[in-house]
Amino acid sequence: MSDSVKLRVIAIIAEQAMLDVAEVSESATLEELGVDSLGLVEAVFAIEEEFDVQIPFNANEPGDSDFDISSVKSIVIAVEKLVAEA
Amino acid sequence: MVKRVVITGQGAISALGHSADATLNGMREGKLGISKLEFRDVERLSIQIGGQIKNFDAEHHFTRQQILLFDRFTQFAVLAAQEAVHQSGIVFTSELLEKSGVILGTSGGGLQTQDENFRLVYEEGKNRVHPFVVPRLMNNAAASHVSMIHNLTGPTFTVATACASSNHAMGQAFHMIRAGMTEVMLTGGSESMLCFGGIKAWEGLRVMSKDACRPFSADRNGMVQGEGAAVFVFEEFERAKARGANILAEVVGFAMSSDASDIVMPNKDGAKRAIAGALRDGGLNLDDIGYINAHGTGTTANDKTECQAVNEVFGDHAKNLRMSSTKSMHGHLIGGTGAVELLACIMALREGVIAPTVSHRKEDPNCNLNVVPNVAQEAKINATLSNAFAFGGLNAVIALRSAP
Repeated sequence: MSDSVKLRVIAIIAEQAMLDVAEVSESATLEELGVDSLGLVEAVFAIEEEFDVQIPFNANEPGDSDFDISSVKSIVIAVEKLVAEA
Repeated sequence: MVKRVVITGQGAISALGHSADATLNGMREGKLGISKLEFRDVERLSIQIGGQIKNFDAEHHFTRQQILLFDRFTQFAVLAAQEAVHQSGIVFTSELLEKSGVILGTSGGGLQTQDENFRLVYEEGKNRVHPFVVPRLMNNAAASHVSMIHNLTGPTFTVATACASSNHAMGQAFHMIRAGMTEVMLTGGSESMLCFGGIKAWEGLRVMSKDACRPFSADRNGMVQGEGAAVFVFEEFERAKARGANILAEVVGFAMSSDASDIVMPNKDGAKRAIAGALRDGGLNLDDIGYINAHGTGTTANDKTECQAVNEVFGDHAKNLRMSSTKSMHGHLIGGTGAVELLACIMALREGVIAPTVSHRKEDPNCNLNVVPNVAQEAKINATLSNAFAFGGLNAVIALRSAP
């Protein structure tokens, strides 16, 4: 299941970055992928809709929230955790 | 010939109080008007605080027929306009009526009316709504009712530029009198978005705080919405002087700019152009300005950009300035916010009292100005600016001077 979470999250990020899924490496940051602050808010929304979870994310303190957005990988791990708790 | 423009009346209703004086008392005392929101379905929101006006009984102020026609944003505007006209002591003679008009800002207009009626037809499955839904929800309803109540037949319209609506509205009123088009304008703005649909939409942007509005504080975590209205009587100076009016302040400058860059992120250069433009338009030197009422939303993006813009425009004088955000007390009134915030500028000029930025806990190195944390300060102020930087990248800054 965890693979499928990963693929679905990467697909969402790829869509926001307007890239092919293959171009989204797990180590990349959103900034490197060209996802701006609005794109991030959209991605958070899309992930919530996809997995029916609530993501604790406030755009004013992205570093402080429990949802780690520092890289694609950290986002995948955070979503996996939320899905497991749901 | 260019005319001078003065303010001769003010009226308001906000979470700090049901009049201009009550709102100003709140600002002076650093009162927190933000509280737990009370309306239907609030438990389904993740944001449950706001600068909501409590203990407001529409039936105490209006007839049944008026209530059928007045959305809450119109009710607020009508009350604020009534107070301003009364305070100014102006008598609208038949000769003056067509030289007088109304320009008000709002962003959501009759949003509560929309929300209630969408609920009726979509959620409750009703197939019929009240016949006055459209005249109640339209954005110009407040300006039109103020015009009708006072019988003012000159230029009347509504400006909608999100968070800069009121400043843009007051700027137009100023320009009209300065250009000799009109002699008296009722101007300001009104907003009432505190309902389920209104807040639900804002939640989506992830910029709202769940606990407090803390502009310029290092631990800020977003904006908090408010509601209410403020309306001012702008009057041509010679006419105000001739009738012996009590002049509250002079409107000397106004400037607008568009960032032309991003639909939500603020832009330092656009802000700078509006600030510098208002100074130039008002013939003000940098060191004339003693107080700036900040846009100060309490979002990371705004605070940083606004402080940089002020520092870059004012240079060495920035350290002598005071800049506070009264949104920390009454919340962000969106389309009505510049109007309520102009009250703080007038108080600084008339009383030498600078309204504080409350809920401030921790200095932010990105905001190295005197942000008047938590407690009002006293200082003699000769000129002020009021900033508004809206979503959509639309900026509008007003400059006031002490009464001549």
